Amino acid sequence: MIIAERKPLPEVLGMLDGSNEILVLGCRSCTAICLAGGEKESRALSEALALHSELKGKGWKVDTLTVERACEKEFLTPLNGFKGTVVSMACGVGAQVVQDHGPEAMVVPGVNTSNMGAPEGMGVFVEKCAGCGDCIIHLTAGICPIARCAKSLLNGPCGGSQNGLCEVSKETPCAWDQIIRSLERSGRLDLLNVNIPPKDWRASRNGGPRRVVNQEALPGAAQNGWRGEP
Amino acid sequence: MSVSQLQGTLDAGKFAVTAEIGPPRSCEVDKLRQMARLLKGSAHAFNLTDNQAANVRMSSIASSVICLQEGLEPVMQMTCRDRNRIAMQSDVIGASALGIRNVLCISGDHQVFGNHPQAKNVYDLDSIQELMVLRNLTKGNNWSGETLPEPPQLYLGAAVNPFADPFEFRVTRLGKKVDAGAQFVQTQCVLDVERFKKFMGLVVEKELHEKVHIIAGVIPLRSHKAALFMKNKVAGMSVPDELVDRLRRSSDPKEEGIRMCVEMMNELSSIKGVHGVHITAIAWEDIIPRLVEEAGIRP
Repeated sequence: MIIAERKPLPEVLGMLDGSNEILVLGCRSCTAICLAGGEKESRALSEALALHSELKGKGWKVDTLTVERACEKEFLTPLNGFKGTVVSMACGVGAQVVQDHGPEAMVVPGVNTSNMGAPEGMGVFVEKCAGCGDCIIHLTAGICPIARCAKSLLNGPCGGSQNGLCEVSKETPCAWDQIIRSLERSGRLDLLNVNIPPKDWRASRNGGPRRVVNQEALPGAAQNGWRGEP
Repeated sequence: MSVSQLQGTLDAGKFAVTAEIGPPRSCEVDKLRQMARLLKGSAHAFNLTDNQAANVRMSSIASSVICLQEGLEPVMQMTCRDRNRIAMQSDVIGASALGIRNVLCISGDHQVFGNHPQAKNVYDLDSIQELMVLRNLTKGNNWSGETLPEPPQLYLGAAVNPFADPFEFRVTRLGKKVDAGAQFVQTQCVLDVERFKKFMGLVVEKELHEKVHIIAGVIPLRSHKAALFMKNKVAGMSVPDELVDRLRRSSDPKEEGIRMCVEMMNELSSIKGVHGVHITAIAWEDIIPRLVEEAGIRP
């Protein structure tokens, strides 16, 4: 899922000058799971903004609403015609879809969108995928070195790997140390002898925004085929 | 055919000496020339680091050219941190055109350790892929497959750290670098000679020492504090306690450090598969002539 974290309150307040009507928009998908922008966090921010408005005499009309998935415009109909400021608690994708859906509103980010990752413990979320568009984790024991190595190395750990940790941070396991140990356990160390050649980054962000077309999902004859329906 | 003096020395089976020069922080050309003059004749070739520890310095290409002008043979280091494959190939072609022959391919220190931790890193290639791309250039093709009318002449090197983990993989990684095109390698500074011997034992077992020239790194330490710094602050280093104690007990730690470095070079030269030494004397480069003199390895 997409991992995000709340922006500090002063930063959010700094984006609201000149606002009258403010809607704190939460999302029940990714940012709710990572406890950054779900219903609870959106309500808390909304209350903080209302209190600030009252104390400073800003005269804001603050409301909050949490949708199922802010990144799909089908869920955004409650925002139809809204012309005020939307503080988006959804990820960067959601925030942009909201802005696109309501061009008359002004969308400001209430969270910083960080990465594609997973929960690793109570309140701890770690990046797992860099979305490079050309997955090779069958060669690396199911561990992505693009996302999880600080240098995105494809041919083993650099000289800074020590005691299983990355030199960049004592809290970060060396992804290549994990890969090697995992390959060792599964008897596939031979994979390490093969040099992985320079990667074709065209499938990654480097070609500009990516467009993925699922032919089977396009409207038309094949529409039902991909669902396994007759 | 050898393209550089370093290659000629190693291919002839002679014991090679290389030493590191950190380029200046700004345009201090006179300082660099002075250093070059001081070190001339003390080694077969001199590594010019590429923004070492991710701190901005004079480029390794420019400082390599200045060393060439002073009659020193450079080993131009090139990290994967700051350049994509386009810049790497372009810079290497340019370097070769300017007379630089030895290129050391390295991942590079991560930018968080330097003076621009806010920078975005590149890592389009890793050091092994860098070797693949540069070897391809010397064979007459750029990585897109286009033929080069005049390919660069290069002697390609890589770095090896026998003290990083996982230990067994370090020999595998050396093999990968050889496959990718490394003709010589320079190791991380050896302070833990027992671990290094274990590493070299595995290297010899795999006969890698017959496929690549291995140059062992050494560092003269001025004090036990310097040793402790290496032990505690430098990632991928192994520093035995006896070594720290020996410096601490000494009444003249600087002299002791020089003695220890000379002893280490003598010991390393007797290890099977070691074809030379690489001296890194950070901010103490003027000691290099004395070190090679006392070790009896002056070229």
